[in-house]
Amino acid sequence: MLLLATVAACGGAREQSSRSSVALTGAGATFPYPIYSKWFADYARQSGVKINYQSIGSGGGIRQLSEGTVDFGASDAPMTDAELKAAKGPVMHFPTVIGAVAVTYNLSALRAPLRLTGGVLAGIFLGQIRKWNDSRITAINPGVALPATDILVAHRSDGSGTTYIFSDFLSTVSLDWSQGPGRGKELSWPVGIGAKGNEGVAGQVKQTPGAIGYVELAYARQNSLPTAAVQNASGAYVEPSVESATAAAAGEATTLPANTDYRVSIVNAPGAGAYPIASFTWLLVYRGQADSAKAAHLKAFLHWYLTTGEQSAASLDYAPLPPAMIQRLSTRVDSLGTGT
Amino acid sequence: MSAGAAASRPSDRQRAVRDRTRRGLARRKVVNGIMLGVLGLCVVLVTLPLVLILAHLLRTGAGALDVAFFTRMPAPVGEREGGMANAIVGTLILVGVAAAVGVPVGVGAGVYVAERRGSWLATTVRFLSDVLNGLPSIVMGIFAWQFLVRPVGHFSALSGGVALGAMMIPMVTRTTEEMVRTVPVSLREAALALGYPRWRTALVVVLRTASAGIVTGALVALARVAGETAPLLFTAFGNQFWSTNVTQPIAALPLQIFTYAISPYDDWHRLAWAGALVLIAIILVLSLIARAATRNRFDASAGA
Amino acid sequence: MAIAPQIVRADAGTPPLVSIHDRGLGDVVYRGVILFFALCVPLLVVLVAWEIARAGWPALHRFGFSFLTSSEWNPVKQIFGAAPAIYGTLVSSAIALALAASLAIGVSVWLSEFSPRSLRQPVAFLVDLLAAIPSVVYGLWGIFVLLPVLRDPVMPFLRDRLGLGHTAFFAGPAYGPSMLAAGLILAIMILPYIASVSREVLLAVPRSQREAALALGATRWEAIWHAVLPHARTGILGGVILGLGRALGETMAVTMVIGNRPEISASLLAPGYTMASLIANEFSEASSDAHLSALMAVGFTLFVITIVVNAAARWLVWRVERGARVSA
Repeated sequence: MLLLATVAACGGAREQSSRSSVALTGAGATFPYPIYSKWFADYARQSGVKINYQSIGSGGGIRQLSEGTVDFGASDAPMTDAELKAAKGPVMHFPTVIGAVAVTYNLSALRAPLRLTGGVLAGIFLGQIRKWNDSRITAINPGVALPATDILVAHRSDGSGTTYIFSDFLSTVSLDWSQGPGRGKELSWPVGIGAKGNEGVAGQVKQTPGAIGYVELAYARQNSLPTAAVQNASGAYVEPSVESATAAAAGEATTLPANTDYRVSIVNAPGAGAYPIASFTWLLVYRGQADSAKAAHLKAFLHWYLTTGEQSAASLDYAPLPPAMIQRLSTRVDSLGTGT
Repeated sequence: MSAGAAASRPSDRQRAVRDRTRRGLARRKVVNGIMLGVLGLCVVLVTLPLVLILAHLLRTGAGALDVAFFTRMPAPVGEREGGMANAIVGTLILVGVAAAVGVPVGVGAGVYVAERRGSWLATTVRFLSDVLNGLPSIVMGIFAWQFLVRPVGHFSALSGGVALGAMMIPMVTRTTEEMVRTVPVSLREAALALGYPRWRTALVVVLRTASAGIVTGALVALARVAGETAPLLFTAFGNQFWSTNVTQPIAALPLQIFTYAISPYDDWHRLAWAGALVLIAIILVLSLIARAATRNRFDASAGA
Repeated sequence: MAIAPQIVRADAGTPPLVSIHDRGLGDVVYRGVILFFALCVPLLVVLVAWEIARAGWPALHRFGFSFLTSSEWNPVKQIFGAAPAIYGTLVSSAIALALAASLAIGVSVWLSEFSPRSLRQPVAFLVDLLAAIPSVVYGLWGIFVLLPVLRDPVMPFLRDRLGLGHTAFFAGPAYGPSMLAAGLILAIMILPYIASVSREVLLAVPRSQREAALALGATRWEAIWHAVLPHARTGILGGVILGLGRALGETMAVTMVIGNRPEISASLLAPGYTMASLIANEFSEASSDAHLSALMAVGFTLFVITIVVNAAARWLVWRVERGARVSA
């Protein structure tokens, strides 16, 4: 016991030799945690500034930011107007990376990715399409032998940005869905089993033949799960990938007004190569900063992620922002801390 | 005993009684044997999940346990040099604070309830202690956030430790009460008869006799809170960097395990299992030390 | 008997002979200290209750009684009804208690009566170690090891081979995540609490009781059943109540194996929901005030249910104690 503590303390002492204490504290989304932890570690190594980020959930991050217990927040869904009003001042949204939500399934007989349209997807998750060999699925998958078994739906039980993005897409493409479960971080699901976390859904789908679920792209990649090719607004069937997610943002970015606050949804984005179920994830900071030292740290980091950080995103299966956006965001960072 | 000289044979009635008794005894012996088997089965069934879980942890996590694990801070995915040194120390600190809060209150309350059994306050305290036990850990965390984090505007190890300590109280109270009640009255009376004042009787005689059981209860309670994640999310918060400051956010093994376990990366999964092994090992070592320190030389059951 | 506190020193080693009827400073301090600590408990409970009641009041006020009876939980439309969660909490805890209590008492009896001395410490230690496993590890083990085993072969075996599928309790498809899985995981988790208290209480039963029974010709089992267990009865029940509390409030592990379906179903093979996992699932992401308030209202409901269940258990203990006194 003593040995353990001494060993750990030695490690700590060595760490302590990099003088500074933690400069900034942030909390929020779990989805970008891997890339943020890499960024903050790299940033600490390069600049010596320590930033402590913990993933307690997007809602938690927004709440802590509103209470002032953290210096910045992170969220997979943009803050609602009500949440903005509850905060201590105007909050700026900075998109960091783009996440793609992959639809994964367990059909061992399939060789090529399953093709799905938004309407069919909504039908499955609404419980209207119950069997894999339903005519609506076979119609868009010619030549594929689909079994006559039940479709077992797996969804998230816990609130999550992934659910928000997925339901955002379904609400956009399906009237039944928008009038039914709607759009949100947690929903009342008509059918299916609720699994906790992305790993819960991935695990459920992996273990249950005939199951279908939605997970973040990184989970599908890391667990070697098959992902469906979803039809986008241009009619093409696109598989989720880093490139197709960035293409979605690029497609949407062209339509953004000059004074956008970046609280935009990029589901069903225009563009031939765009993956339709994609979304930004944001860093949330107050425009007015009371502490000038913290403001300086924040600005420095924001500039850093836009230039250096973005380059390491793809290595962890996160889609970087399209170059056109980076320039605009850089200008926006400079307006931080200049009062209301 | 029936009047039988050694030479006379047993009468019919005596034989019937003897046979009945023998049959009854045989049946009772069978029941005895069956129950012994059932109890043995219980033991197997109870140790089975533990063995399975530990085996699973060892198989998946043992590979990640190296020197770096114990001396390094958490590293991003893909970098080999990651560790959980800050989380290990953080958990030790949190457990220390929790024990400092939970054990005195629990033991004190337990002694009070045991000594003042009939009074309404004792009954109320016992009842409310059980109710507190049923509180989900996340609710305790929310409560601690409201009273210990929000007013000061930042997270701290202290708030996390207090939340955990509060969760320990019911178990320690209950165990202490039961153990104090098992101390034979005769021991108490002997001490009082020898002139010990009440407080000395309680401390020296009663508590020391019951100490083994109290320590067991405290350890089991500590084991539980050491592995809780939910209350720490909004109190201790977690820290990627080294910190032993109790007024600042601090890393903790359960938090780190949780963060890594829900990630998509196998590397991190292995670290999570390794962290769980270390956590269990910490509890194990603490238990051994505490039990060795309070081992009774005299069995309580040896009395009257 | 008011004897003046004459301190008579018999010799250096023995404590001073002071009448116990005198309220010395030591006594006053002692009683003050334990009273203070004892009061901490009700104080804490009242504070927590007040805090969650205050936070949950808006939701309770808005939905009224339907909060407890409605099955619709829709965060998007902001309609909240907690009935399935309430049902799930009660059922999963009942299953867990039934399984865990019998096993835990069995192990404790074995440990205190039948086990060889050399095995006693190690096995007791192993049982207590179950409490050291973090709940998140239980949950993940549940997902990766327990659920697949349940899905195939255990559940089909129960339902088809044993024919239990004909009853309402085992009907329906077996996905894996289910009330049964939750009950099992909970049982494993609450075992150590019941077992450790039971074991200590059983060990503290005076040896003379056992010896007397054996001397009267009882078999070992009969000695335990008639002489030892009655002594330990109330202590064991106390341990069971501890386990019950834990079962009602467990969050992490249950939510990973129960399927999280807000529906009331009689079948143990069907997914369900519990109040604690509902709060744990949605709290981190809930950002609207109405949603947060509804979650706190669920917390308050759980609190009230814990009180009711504990009161019922207390009453049971009281009955048992009374019965013991009558038959003693």
